Amino acid sequence: MTVTFWLPVAILLSSFVPGVVIFLLPEEQSGARTALNLIGAVIKVVLVIGMIWGITEGRIYEARIPLLPDIDLVLHASRLPVLFISLSAVLWLLTTIYAVGYLEGSPHRSRFFGFFSLCVSATTGVAMAGNLLSFLVFYEILTLVTWPLVIHRGTEEAHQAGRVYLAYTLTGGALLMVGITWLHALVGPVDFVERGALAGIGPDYHGQLKVIFALLIAGLGVKAALVPLHGWLPHAMVAPAPVSALLHAVAVVKAGAFGIVRVMYDVFGIEFATTLGVHRPLALVASITIIYGSIQALAQDDLKRRLAFSTVSQISYIILGVATLGRLATIGGVVHLVHQALMKITLFFCAGILLETLGIHRVSEMNGVGRRMPLTMIAFSLAALGMIGLPPMAGFISKWYLGLGGLDAGDPWVLAVLLVSTILNAAYFLPILHAAWFRPANSPWPEARRGEFETRLYLLLPPLITALLFILAGLFAAAPVSPTAWCHVIADAEYGQ
Amino acid sequence: MDRPLNWAVLSVVLPLFGAVAAFLARARAGQRIGLLISLAVVLCSCGLALQLLEYGADRYGIGGWSAPLGIGLVADGLSAVMLFMTAVVGALTGLHATRYFAPRLSHDSAQAASQAHRRRYFWPLWLFMWAALNALYLSADLFNLYVTLELLGLSAVPLVALAGGPSLAAAMRYLLVSMLGSLAWLFGVALLYSAHGVLDLDRLSGILAPGPAVWAAIALMTGGMLLKTAVFPLHFWLPPAHASAPAPVSALLSAVVVKATFYLVVRLWAQVFPAALSFAAGQLLGYLGAAAILWGSVQALRQDRIKLLLAYSTVAQLGYLFLVFSLAMAPEAAADAWRAAVLFAVAHAFGKAALFLASGNLLLALGHDRIDGLHGVSARLPITMFAFGLAGVNLMGLPPSGSFIAKWWMLIAALRGGRWELVLVLVLGSLLAAAYVLRVLGPALMGPARGPRIAVPALMEWTALALALLSVLAGITVSTSLRLLEVGNPFSPAPGVPQ
Repeated sequence: MTVTFWLPVAILLSSFVPGVVIFLLPEEQSGARTALNLIGAVIKVVLVIGMIWGITEGRIYEARIPLLPDIDLVLHASRLPVLFISLSAVLWLLTTIYAVGYLEGSPHRSRFFGFFSLCVSATTGVAMAGNLLSFLVFYEILTLVTWPLVIHRGTEEAHQAGRVYLAYTLTGGALLMVGITWLHALVGPVDFVERGALAGIGPDYHGQLKVIFALLIAGLGVKAALVPLHGWLPHAMVAPAPVSALLHAVAVVKAGAFGIVRVMYDVFGIEFATTLGVHRPLALVASITIIYGSIQALAQDDLKRRLAFSTVSQISYIILGVATLGRLATIGGVVHLVHQALMKITLFFCAGILLETLGIHRVSEMNGVGRRMPLTMIAFSLAALGMIGLPPMAGFISKWYLGLGGLDAGDPWVLAVLLVSTILNAAYFLPILHAAWFRPANSPWPEARRGEFETRLYLLLPPLITALLFILAGLFAAAPVSPTAWCHVIADAEYGQ
Repeated sequence: MDRPLNWAVLSVVLPLFGAVAAFLARARAGQRIGLLISLAVVLCSCGLALQLLEYGADRYGIGGWSAPLGIGLVADGLSAVMLFMTAVVGALTGLHATRYFAPRLSHDSAQAASQAHRRRYFWPLWLFMWAALNALYLSADLFNLYVTLELLGLSAVPLVALAGGPSLAAAMRYLLVSMLGSLAWLFGVALLYSAHGVLDLDRLSGILAPGPAVWAAIALMTGGMLLKTAVFPLHFWLPPAHASAPAPVSALLSAVVVKATFYLVVRLWAQVFPAALSFAAGQLLGYLGAAAILWGSVQALRQDRIKLLLAYSTVAQLGYLFLVFSLAMAPEAAADAWRAAVLFAVAHAFGKAALFLASGNLLLALGHDRIDGLHGVSARLPITMFAFGLAGVNLMGLPPSGSFIAKWWMLIAALRGGRWELVLVLVLGSLLAAAYVLRVLGPALMGPARGPRIAVPALMEWTALALALLSVLAGITVSTSLRLLEVGNPFSPAPGVPQ
């Protein structure tokens, strides 16, 4: 038992243990709860930094715990998982700070923060899972522990959203399980291996493998909100803003997208997937989702709903990148895991601030809000411009690589999809910015509380930090420590260079 | 072989003496005796498991007589797993019962008297039933098994009737069903004895020759056990009996008692009958199981009381155990399929016991168990509802619970055999289970609590949570439990029990 075994386990436990302890804390002890949460989150960030350092030194972290006679529960951390873990560790810390401020004084906080920590633990597990069974275990746990967060408000509307959420995700989980067990029945245990574990399988099985691929993608596509499996996501936005932030940026949606990355690169392998010819239909579905999500977003007046449809569209950038052949597209897709998260979490943080401070639900209520809440709206505007793809924000980098990748793969239509999507993004984000900055307010805004600058510091700091992060990620994309540089190495490994 | 203690015999004898002592003692002392015996039997089952892991399977002759004359007890991995499952569920349920049957503040003297009555008779009956269960797991011949079956029925029926009132009719029906099942078994045993002249399971499996008499015996014995295990469409008696019994009794019946008769079917089909079984017979049981899953789940969705919902859920979950018979008929999948069945039975035992104990807590706190009156109850009983949710995860077959691993094996076996209809049933069963578990969990998490606040003793909440955690842990610790199950594995072609 060495550091390479214990570090992944410790990263998992750093959010799990605080979660379990928080359940046992009485509701009134908010000080102890916050302290536990923050200690756990900081420990996680520190451990992840240690892990990143170890990986750049060439170490591989792996923990195997025997589960079944022929399959272990595997936590494996190499470059791709660490990208996702570090994202979730940093954003968990920020979201915890935000949630402490957001939920101040509301009921059931022990339950909320308990499940919140479990949700992050499950996401970490999804990121580090080293084979399909381990992935499925954490993926399903993630489904379950997120449900109490979705219905947290306890209203009839929240419960309706919870039912829709579970109906979609549990069915997706069942499809995924059938796909995974089928693969096991066919070829035995499958570990995640760079360049794919199935490459050597003979043509007799290709028919079955295509069906299995479809089952896996359908199961994962529910969480990744691929059209037509996206129906739960707009409903789920009734959850409190910190939950939406985590759901859209880190936990549930990303787990689905990350699963698709895994299946494509580390189970089937990009070359084998091309041999089977399964990447084309996936790219088509992703493209449809990108356009459809953007068009739906145009029609929403509810701010969080508009953001939710924007997520539907943006997540499929990742999948489009994965389904397009070539290193550049891979870099664009995988790096968008990080870039989309930073930008979308900023948008949801800001939407939560507007709701909590000024009671704003709708886009039409946002006239002139820029003057009342300049910092919030600056962060919001930068994120929105980033989503559209304006340099130097991180979103531009993603689109740049995706576009180049499309040309490189001989699929110029990818460029067309990106172009249409960019126009649509601009069409649903720019009116918000125009209203917020250039229109007069509908009525005078309520004054800020004494001693506060536009809103509570707990709420204001996280979006400012994430905004800074995605600007830095865009400005310094070429620096060796940037997510983009990290993705270059991942892509090299997946293409065997 | 030098064995320091005869754990198997102790695990039968101790509860039997305990039952007599508890019957003779006053209520309070009876309870103490019961708890003491519970602890002792848990230790016995652990001792037996460790002994088996160290020395392998074993046969004991009681009073120095061995087969074919004496009463032989055989302990192998399968018996030890069943014994352990019963001991854990029994001990925790017993702890819960000490509070559930405790005297309550009541102005109604008749109510107080009937509570005292329950308190008085629960322990002798339960300890007697426990002795019968353990003897059933360990008996090695067909006639002794008949005796244990009758003893089991005779103690289970009065336990149901302890609730009084409407439970009497259910108990009466249960009695008739139980007798009928045992009788069918006895006929089957007589046929086998007349054909082969032996009762010992191992000897019989060695010489069993297919023929009309043997087929009739298999049909009678299996049919009797299907009736007692409440396999669709013979499940009619189970929901009223399990739902109207006092909560700890419901827990014991749904978790353990139905598994005992299931165990017998597995024992016979895996170890004794294979020479005379046809593929079609396995298919029949498998399709009955599949029908049970769908029918039980749909019925559970339609109930408006928690305990009835749980009882129908038991009908559905028992279906999985029989679905396995169809998978086990394929020789290459048999070992995986039986393993899955045993693991599923154990995980369901922990989980369903937790659910019924939780339903008892809700009943005590709310004064009813109607699903439409659950609003906000999780604020009052967070631990109970957490236990309900965890055990619900086991019903849904989601990780990391024991039934997830069991369903994983079942799915792989079904896919290898190209049994698409069973794959579909397995998936639908999980989704339907999720739907009926959420019917309870959803409202419980909704809005603030209503109605008067009645305290529920902490012990009642924590025992439910402990069982729920065990059902979830059963999936994580499966590699350990498999080692025990492999001892003298009855599922391998040549049973490894020493003669």
